Amino acid sequence: MAIAFSVNGKPVNVEAEADTPLLWVLRDDLKLTGTKFGCGVAACGACSVHVDGAVTRSCSLAVSDVAGKAVTTIEGLKAADGTLHKVQQAWVDAQVPQCGYCQSGQIMAAVALIEQVGTPSDAQIDEAMTNICRCGTYPRIRKAILAATGAAASQGAA
Amino acid sequence: MADNPTPDLDLPETADAPAAKPKRKGVKRRIFLAGSALLVGGGIFGVWWADSSVKTKAKSLTVGEGEHGFATWMKIAEDDTVTVYSPHIDFGQGSHTALGQMLADELDASWDKVAIEQAPADLAFANSALAKGFLPSMTGEFAAGLIPDAVIGMMARSMPLQITGGSSAIRFTGEVAMRRTGAAVRAALIAEAADRLGVPESELTTVDSKVTHVKSGKSLRYGELAAGAAERSLDSDPVLKTRDQWTLIGKPVPRRDIPAKVDGSAVYGIDFTLPDMRVATIAAAPVRGGKLESVDEAPALAVKGVEKVVKLDDAVIVVGKGYWQAQKGLAALNPTFSDGGNAAVSTPAIYAAQTKLRAGGKPDNEGGDGDVEAAFGAAGAKVVEAEYRVPFLHHAMMEPFALTGHFKDGKLTLWGGLQDPLSTRTKAAKAAGLAVDDVIFNPMIMGGGFGRRFPDLVEIIDQVALLAKQVPYPVKLIWSREEELRHGTYRPQSSAGLKAAIKDGKITGWRTDYAQSGNAEGEVPFIYAIPATSRRHFAYQSNQIDGPWRSVNATQIGFYTESFMDELAAAAGEEPYRFRRKHLAPGSRHLAVLDAVAERSNWDSPLPDGVGRGIAIVESFGTIVAEVIEVSLNEDGSPKVLKAFAVVDCGTTVNPLNAEAQVAGGLIMGLSSAIGEQVTLDKGAVVQSNFTDYPILKLAEAPPVVDVHFIESGAKTGGLGEPGLPPATPALANAIAAATGKRIRNLPVLTQAKA
Repeated sequence: MAIAFSVNGKPVNVEAEADTPLLWVLRDDLKLTGTKFGCGVAACGACSVHVDGAVTRSCSLAVSDVAGKAVTTIEGLKAADGTLHKVQQAWVDAQVPQCGYCQSGQIMAAVALIEQVGTPSDAQIDEAMTNICRCGTYPRIRKAILAATGAAASQGAA
Repeated sequence: MADNPTPDLDLPETADAPAAKPKRKGVKRRIFLAGSALLVGGGIFGVWWADSSVKTKAKSLTVGEGEHGFATWMKIAEDDTVTVYSPHIDFGQGSHTALGQMLADELDASWDKVAIEQAPADLAFANSALAKGFLPSMTGEFAAGLIPDAVIGMMARSMPLQITGGSSAIRFTGEVAMRRTGAAVRAALIAEAADRLGVPESELTTVDSKVTHVKSGKSLRYGELAAGAAERSLDSDPVLKTRDQWTLIGKPVPRRDIPAKVDGSAVYGIDFTLPDMRVATIAAAPVRGGKLESVDEAPALAVKGVEKVVKLDDAVIVVGKGYWQAQKGLAALNPTFSDGGNAAVSTPAIYAAQTKLRAGGKPDNEGGDGDVEAAFGAAGAKVVEAEYRVPFLHHAMMEPFALTGHFKDGKLTLWGGLQDPLSTRTKAAKAAGLAVDDVIFNPMIMGGGFGRRFPDLVEIIDQVALLAKQVPYPVKLIWSREEELRHGTYRPQSSAGLKAAIKDGKITGWRTDYAQSGNAEGEVPFIYAIPATSRRHFAYQSNQIDGPWRSVNATQIGFYTESFMDELAAAAGEEPYRFRRKHLAPGSRHLAVLDAVAERSNWDSPLPDGVGRGIAIVESFGTIVAEVIEVSLNEDGSPKVLKAFAVVDCGTTVNPLNAEAQVAGGLIMGLSSAIGEQVTLDKGAVVQSNFTDYPILKLAEAPPVVDVHFIESGAKTGGLGEPGLPPATPALANAIAAATGKRIRNLPVLTQAKA
């Protein structure tokens, strides 16, 4: 079936089976490979994108469910002139990534959190940032989120 | 001969000794064979920088118009750009940037004009530095020093060595190859400038990619000098800078790979695409050792977008227009597999067999010194015994295996991320029945590895080689997470019986009997000064393939030793930090590391009720790491890690930012594995399926901050990719014991917390 939605502000029309996960339409059909496959069961968050502004795990969302909606991927975060989103810049400043594979998803989750609550507390970060990072970049992810919102990183005690 | 006695070379204690008989550890075994062959061929001499045919080949692959190659490792373009070729793969450990720093520092190159690229997967780029690094463990330091570098280079190319692993990039490749290349090329540039300016070399200085004659004020850019310098022979033993002269080594230089990893533009193996490419996925026999018996292809072929079903000896592959179509097709199949006679294999059965093996008292290998039996039997000795167990562990690299192959005109071209590009070619060639020269491999960045991407143990290479020959188009094979988890090359399931005697407040004898596939002797040093020690390996192989898992044997051996050390402290009525101190040599690096972590963690400060603090120290890959963990328990009994401290002596840190990330990440991975991770077997097959039942630590469960401190001792450079991991698990277990009184002897912790 033909499904129309927008990706990073541009309208797209795809021909796909209704049950195809959005992730594979993005990666295989639209060649937007910044959104990653990690588990296929919405457990790791590597495939996180925004659908109408809400962070969503695209491996477990049928493309038919995004008909008429606005999808943003990691490729769509930069400004038109190429300036990094403040969260991306905070990621560079804090040198967050190691292997980097999960970081698209981490950044999408962090952007959604900040858009939702402004300056998140440590507890809000704990609750929202449930994506898996095997390299263990979590302390720098926390630091970058706080830096992006102008808050200083916490020092240890929970 | 010894024109290259490798003065800065760390002597690894990591590779297995020749007596080892690792069953599936191809990498180590191959290195051992390299050692033997080297001794046989030790009479061959030549220049260390590689013979001319190799240089010609290397240049043809990397050096273009207006560029000048040096020693296969680097080139200088006429616009001053220096390109460094790394024979190591960078899967996030930052070694490309660090290797570039080492070469550029010795070269006095301007850092913003230095590019670091992956060396092509060609024999011309085989890493002789790595061969040198691992060599002494086979031949002894003295013998290794006598072998000409040219022979080592030849052996590296015939092995071939382009491995990333063993925490080797910086300590071997960096120290041996990168720094020397930079220094030798700098000397050649100076010589060229001296001739061109008609001044003595001693009056020339180098900075920012320029050679300057201070007296006359004249200077020449490296780009201007490159053509002439490249014609000069390079000094095989150039003078290296001293620590006080470093401008880049030791500096927190931002990593070059990070910008592409925050905007989605980095292309990993799984992202690779070609026009007309198809995507495939696979299901292998659920029981390792089993074979494909039958499969009706029709249900898959009925799925829209599915094009082909390919049967392998032990697996079935579905090829489709995209991954989803292939996955849907695969799910529609109902293949039957044999169990290879492994239906009785289970996690409890393996532990039972290991216990029986240890009780039999016939070890396959023994290390240690002194008479432990006498210590156990001595009058007045207090004898303590305990049994420990650790499960199989999944590497859980976030990027599942993905490899693209295209077989055309008799040649197989591959694209993907693997730890050793050269042996990837060899393995693919063997599987496809081709000559190695007919296989081209394009290495790509990797979404993690942790030991899983050593080609010898990577079945997707064979699978793609076989698949590509059966289809006329390029095909990318992707493993699902389920396939990844169920067909791993796991950290081995292992168990140990420990026994020690204490007399007058000190340990007088210590025995570790451990059962697992591989021998750990020679890899994980026993650091305590105890009169009698014995470490006995009982070789046990299940139907699984055991592989190197980040830090290899140091994880389980570190857990056994450092947990038991706390048990002994308790038996002696002493607190764990000071009890360890008593058994470490005065003035040793180990003691300095231990004292530093105690100080940074404020070890003696009081803690709230319900909070415990644990300490552990492990040496691995030439690096000493001590960690302190503070923990409390959640209501469900699971541990809540509050604080984490690590103190590290790896000799020298090349890039402090990277170094800290490696140690903190290793510590968190150690906590993750200790708390919740296990692969268990039932009827020969893996029980777990995905991250839903194989829990990886998440941000909320990780310590908010990991305090990492380095002691810049200047000792031989140690590895950093792995050594941060091993102390985390025993430090956690010791903290739990301190908080609750409960001693964790079986991992993971969660299986007992809820009991």
